[in-house]
Amino acid sequence: MRLVVREEIPKWTGPAAIAVAVAITVAITAVPIRIAGANPVAAFERYLITPLSSMSSIYEVMLTATPLLFTGMAVAIAFRAGYWNIGAEGQFLVGAIGATAVGINLPNLPAAVALPLGMAMGAVGGLIWSVVPAWLKRHGGIDEVVTTLLLNPVALLLVQGLLNGPWRNPETGFTDSARIGTGYDLPALIPGTRVHWGFGIAIIIIIISGIVLTRTATGMRIKAAGQSPHTAEFSGIKVGVLQWRAALISGAIAGMGGASQVMGVQHQLTFGISTNYGYTGVIVATLAGLSAVGVALVAGLLGTIGVGAQNVSLVLQVPTQLGAMFSALLMLAVLSMVTLRRFKVRWRAER
Amino acid sequence: MTSGDRSLLALENITKRYGDLVANDDVNLEVAPGEVVSMLGENGAGKSTLMKITYGLVRADKGTVRVNGEEIDLKSPRDAMAAGIGMVTQEFSLVETMTVAENIALSGVGLGRVDPADLRERVLEVMDRVGVHLPPDQIVGALSIGERQRVEIIKALFHDCKVLILDEPTAVLTPQDIEALFKTIRRLRDDNLGVLFVSHKLREVAEISNRVVVLRHGRMVANKPIEETTAQSLAALMMGVTPDTTTAGDTPLAAVDPRAVSKTAEARQEVQTAKSLLTIKDLSVEKGGIKALDSINLTVHAGQILGLAGISGNGQSQLVDVLSGTLPTSAGQISVENVDITDSNVTERLRAGLGRLTEDRRGTTFAKMSVEHNLVVEDLHKFRRTGMLDRKAIRRHANELIEKFAIKAKPSDAVGSLSGGNIQKVLLARALHRDPKVLIAAQPTRGLDIGTTGYVHEQLRDRAAQGAGVLLISEDLDELRALADRIAVIFRGTIVGELDVADATAERLGIMMTGGEEAA
Repeated sequence: MRLVVREEIPKWTGPAAIAVAVAITVAITAVPIRIAGANPVAAFERYLITPLSSMSSIYEVMLTATPLLFTGMAVAIAFRAGYWNIGAEGQFLVGAIGATAVGINLPNLPAAVALPLGMAMGAVGGLIWSVVPAWLKRHGGIDEVVTTLLLNPVALLLVQGLLNGPWRNPETGFTDSARIGTGYDLPALIPGTRVHWGFGIAIIIIIISGIVLTRTATGMRIKAAGQSPHTAEFSGIKVGVLQWRAALISGAIAGMGGASQVMGVQHQLTFGISTNYGYTGVIVATLAGLSAVGVALVAGLLGTIGVGAQNVSLVLQVPTQLGAMFSALLMLAVLSMVTLRRFKVRWRAER
Repeated sequence: MTSGDRSLLALENITKRYGDLVANDDVNLEVAPGEVVSMLGENGAGKSTLMKITYGLVRADKGTVRVNGEEIDLKSPRDAMAAGIGMVTQEFSLVETMTVAENIALSGVGLGRVDPADLRERVLEVMDRVGVHLPPDQIVGALSIGERQRVEIIKALFHDCKVLILDEPTAVLTPQDIEALFKTIRRLRDDNLGVLFVSHKLREVAEISNRVVVLRHGRMVANKPIEETTAQSLAALMMGVTPDTTTAGDTPLAAVDPRAVSKTAEARQEVQTAKSLLTIKDLSVEKGGIKALDSINLTVHAGQILGLAGISGNGQSQLVDVLSGTLPTSAGQISVENVDITDSNVTERLRAGLGRLTEDRRGTTFAKMSVEHNLVVEDLHKFRRTGMLDRKAIRRHANELIEKFAIKAKPSDAVGSLSGGNIQKVLLARALHRDPKVLIAAQPTRGLDIGTTGYVHEQLRDRAAQGAGVLLISEDLDELRALADRIAVIFRGTIVGELDVADATAERLGIMMTGGEEAA
């Protein structure tokens, strides 16, 4: 048996690859779920079906997906331009710091001022965190993968430093910030649920990004720059400038994700403000094929699994981490299968 | 014709399919000892598939390969080598940091110790046999392309090779190197080896072969002794048209003169005094202390095709890059008509009237993007409506150009899925629809089949006839002499001379291309 490169990739292999990937994921994760003492079939139902079977849990899915919509779109924009921003995690955190900074220092602003200010501070925070790697890339040709990645733990240390020092909660003494002014609280998008306007803002950003990326000259230039920077330069596209802008916009969107999490969910800065949302954003963007619609769908899927994991751990008494494992394996399987589409298996009779 | 008992290599009923495409359809081919068989065919005719099958790189769906009448099972090139089949491909597989002898030893089958003295001895023996002399201890990286090819040939002959396959061996060679190669081939022939020679060039085929086979759409459409062929009949067979018998349809192939000079001497003189459209003055490009281009002076006049001959790697690609706007100038000046574009960016250059057709076809198109998007990527600002891209206008534009330039593709096809010829047409369409004042055409027909080559030539001539200037950079002297009014020669980053086409004989150009003589 050997693999042969296909001359042309038939269309049917797309859905088939996804189906095979899901099957592989299910088959592999069944083992640890079984070991954890639960029925795999029941677990998969709860991972994928239960979260979408009632309105209240759908709202939870929307809430869980919100930060991933921000970080996924942020990463997708940068990747499309050929700028490998792995720093959405840090940008998200600094965005959260930005929103908190105004939220606790100017707590009495009215919502009409506080809401745009908080979100803008989030964007500024993310942008600041993306400026240095983007500048180094543009003027020094320094690999952004390394610089953006290395700034992530720095951002986390910054959060920890602030929470252990100046921003330590004055009332409780815990390492959480004080509550932000109520003017900063993002209102509910759907009354009576926890789904806040952060979700709405993320969807608006995704729609705008989608239109810009696919329907405008700028979008086509970004695509061209990402596909082949050399050819893009030859065609008169200023790749360096485009990547610089994409890097900053990416950082700003990730930062808004951090602000949204502070203003919509936690209402204070905490150590756990990001549970790897930035890194998961890389997964979201990659699985989405860097398309805006794809980001919305994949963030929704991961949100579903996230909510499902909570449910599974409560009901079936298995660790929540199995949910993360399920997501991670699914991504590995999907990416492998999509790559393997390019090959076909040739069986050769032994002589 | 078939004389199974005396054939050295026999391919019998070879059939190979790739999906719906039949690359080889029941092909029978024999090579006798002491015979040079040339294989002609357009791109995609199935030549390389047949070569790969013979060399064990691809397995045939049907058919057998025999060497000396004995059927061989070709699972890999190793089996082919063991059976006495050697092949020299267009791309060399040499380790540049190792010596000639070491490279030859590398091809050796099996493990174990190599005795350097013994190896040297054997290498020299083979060199003597074919009349090639290269120092065995020379580092391959220091050799010229022609010399490297000789190393490849020796490598192939090292293991008791009975049949040598040469896949377009002359594509990268100077006329002098080609002559040397032909000498080697004759020597091998006299030594009773069989040689299978794959080429595009009718003249070379006429010069070197005993027999010609023509492939078309995977089928063998001709198999004749060279004396029975004519240039016209072979070209017609390759392209699948009936030869035009009303014109001189019976010129013997051996007598083909590739020179079909397009203009009279007076017309060329006149063009030389027309206004200059591209002026390159004292242009130098220096990178890391190395001068890739050194004080280049060239002028292209309206209506003129200026040829630039040279062996690749003598600064042509840097010249194209610096003219295209992707490489900065170190010194000197470039102007299009009266506009100084020395420091202009790509968009400004295009606006000034520069058209570009570079050697690197795939490097100047976006493989994953559609034909229509590739056609507009340089002019996106012209296809905007209310801030959005005007998709209808883009589609219309693409359909117009596809028809005008006879591109075999749909607007939505990814460029990466097109053949080289069609990609070149997309690039032609992109460069020419703007009516550039000057067109830079670098190796515009490399790797293209005869049909597309003719089309590209026609387009270049048309441009010049309409008053544009063309700078044609090519290694193909026949092409240069057929199209250009004047031919300049580049060697090691300098222009070593410029000749009227009437004075530019292959010999003279060849000497200049290798730095032999400074022409006035």
